[in-house]
Amino acid sequence: MSVATVSTSGDGIGEPARRRLAGFVRTLRDNGFKIGLAETGDALEMLAAPLAVRPSTLKPALRSLFCATHSDWERFDEIFEAYWQGRGIHQARTLAGSALESRAPARHLKDVGSRAGTPGLPDHVERNHDDDDGDSAGDGRGRREGASRFENLTSADLRDIVDPADIAQAHALAARLSHAMRARLVRRDRVRRRGRRLDLRRTIHRNVSHGGTLVELAWRRRKIKPLRLVFLLDASGSMSLYTAFFVRFLHGVVDAFRESEAFVFHTRLAHVSASLRDRDVTRAVDKLSLMAQGIGGGTKIGESLATFNRWHARRVINSRTAVMIVSDGYDTGTPEQLGEEMRRLRRRCRRIIWLNPLIGWRDYSPQARGMQAALPYIDLFAPAHNLESLAALEPYLARI
Amino acid sequence: MILNRDNISDRLAAVGYIADRDVATALWLMDFLKRPLLLEGEAGVGKTEVAKALAAVHEAELIRLQCYEGLDQNAALYEWNYQRQLLAIKTREGVGENADVIEEHIFSERYLLERPLLAAIRREKPPVLLVDEVDRADEEFEAFLLELLSDFQVSIPELGTVKATSIPRVVLTSNGTRELSDALRRRCLYHYVDFPDVDREARIIITRTPGIDTALAVQIARMVASVRKEDLRKVPGVAETLDWAATLAGLDLHDLRQEPEAVHETMLCLLKTREDRSRLTREVTERLLGKVA
Repeated sequence: MSVATVSTSGDGIGEPARRRLAGFVRTLRDNGFKIGLAETGDALEMLAAPLAVRPSTLKPALRSLFCATHSDWERFDEIFEAYWQGRGIHQARTLAGSALESRAPARHLKDVGSRAGTPGLPDHVERNHDDDDGDSAGDGRGRREGASRFENLTSADLRDIVDPADIAQAHALAARLSHAMRARLVRRDRVRRRGRRLDLRRTIHRNVSHGGTLVELAWRRRKIKPLRLVFLLDASGSMSLYTAFFVRFLHGVVDAFRESEAFVFHTRLAHVSASLRDRDVTRAVDKLSLMAQGIGGGTKIGESLATFNRWHARRVINSRTAVMIVSDGYDTGTPEQLGEEMRRLRRRCRRIIWLNPLIGWRDYSPQARGMQAALPYIDLFAPAHNLESLAALEPYLARI
Repeated sequence: MILNRDNISDRLAAVGYIADRDVATALWLMDFLKRPLLLEGEAGVGKTEVAKALAAVHEAELIRLQCYEGLDQNAALYEWNYQRQLLAIKTREGVGENADVIEEHIFSERYLLERPLLAAIRREKPPVLLVDEVDRADEEFEAFLLELLSDFQVSIPELGTVKATSIPRVVLTSNGTRELSDALRRRCLYHYVDFPDVDREARIIITRTPGIDTALAVQIARMVASVRKEDLRKVPGVAETLDWAATLAGLDLHDLRQEPEAVHETMLCLLKTREDRSRLTREVTERLLGKVA
């Protein structure tokens, strides 16, 4: 490795090595690593120390310095090899320069690379609804309970909103709803804070003027942890008519609640909170819709839940967590697995809420075998076919 | 004293910690760049041990702050000695001193109780500060910790600013029950601690279990490695391995394959839930033992 030889020069390192390092940092940043100037400076200092670095320690040392999370840690080696040893470097660069989003992590970009035109994607989201018009005109609309086309957007089944202007308005409603939910939930949380105990430090400080006799008492309030929401959104083909709306709703929720996490699944599970925190709504939703696109081959709810339980649950679930699963319950895996994973999940969290868009349809009963297996572990089984039904969740969440 | 990169592994081994190369590099880098080290990994992989070993190598004091939900500055940084303060107020009042003088007096150094963080920055010789399971503490505490780790000074409203007399070596550990803030992560060097590979675990067993023979240690390490690959609710950590090794050595076993019965029965050292216990049936144990050979 060329860097090691350069570092023998004693006072600082040479210009070429410096530039190589800067390039490496840029590659890492393009791959979603969060590296500040301080880290780059430290890396330079490290390379400049004559006896400090040799090839065998360069990698572990840079890895310790530049990684901040386990996923960084796992991807570092690959990027390091690609950059310093030239293998795959071309690929890394072209991916980094991809049109979609330069700061997005590599795995997202790889997905992009395999598809030709990213700018076309937003169209795709909308096309879903246009297609929907034709597809479901016969079977869906007739069975829907309540609202008609002329009613308020909040009560219209999301599948039936086809006019682009209406879609935009419904999206805006979804976003506003999520913000309103947050404001109200937080306020109730404050009112509920009781459970007091004496704050000795303040009490004494306050009572020095009374000669140490405790006249005024200072109390301490127990802090109640805010409710944490974890969303698991089914993005399979059967849900495609609803996905775009939920993605918008999720963006609002994740943006507004600091304590929230979102996952999307079809045949596998993807953690999408980071993408959702993008301030630019359209970009976030596009990015997510891209990930949410089912590849076909059905929905593996049980398997996705297993992945969630095994790898994510411990980190994202605490004692005040409500897990919301948004799915129609059509599972191509075995109902036994789904039941088992639901049981495991139930033990960990405070509440499981299953939102099923199909409940809004008249005559729906949860006959799907997967749904049957999951039912015993669900605290609230609620419809989610229109914005009204989403709003109806709020009082329930406030009581948790 | 800065650790020499070449002999750091040996010196860790001398105090009973078998390090892999990468940990050694991280520990060296920690001294070189004067940054705290954040260790992540599953429960039981030996994160806390790293800090203990580091303290032993430097012959420094280990100051440990165990984090928990609701940990606040009073428990982590400093506290006033209320009983003594109340007593002082009473006695001085009897002599007829006025309130301002009393206040001045009772909020002085004499009545201050050091908690781990304050203790860590007021030592003559730099100690090793272990902030254990930082993910359990609240976000507010994390922000406060970040401030302390960058300035190494704290302000006590009644007393003024306390500057560090020595900069401690800081090791933070996290089990990943909560996502840590980017700011804290960036401030720290990062190392993901994985379960030791068979070779290293065998060496750990030999170092920590006196009188065990090498062949058995290797067999145990292999067995534990294959147990970890099973779908368990609680994967056995290194401490469990050591318990098990001690048990087997105590039973005077020399070859696991000869005694599948004893192996199965003593597996309760490794498996800590009923589900896991019932998952590793006799048949499964024997299958795993077959692979160990």
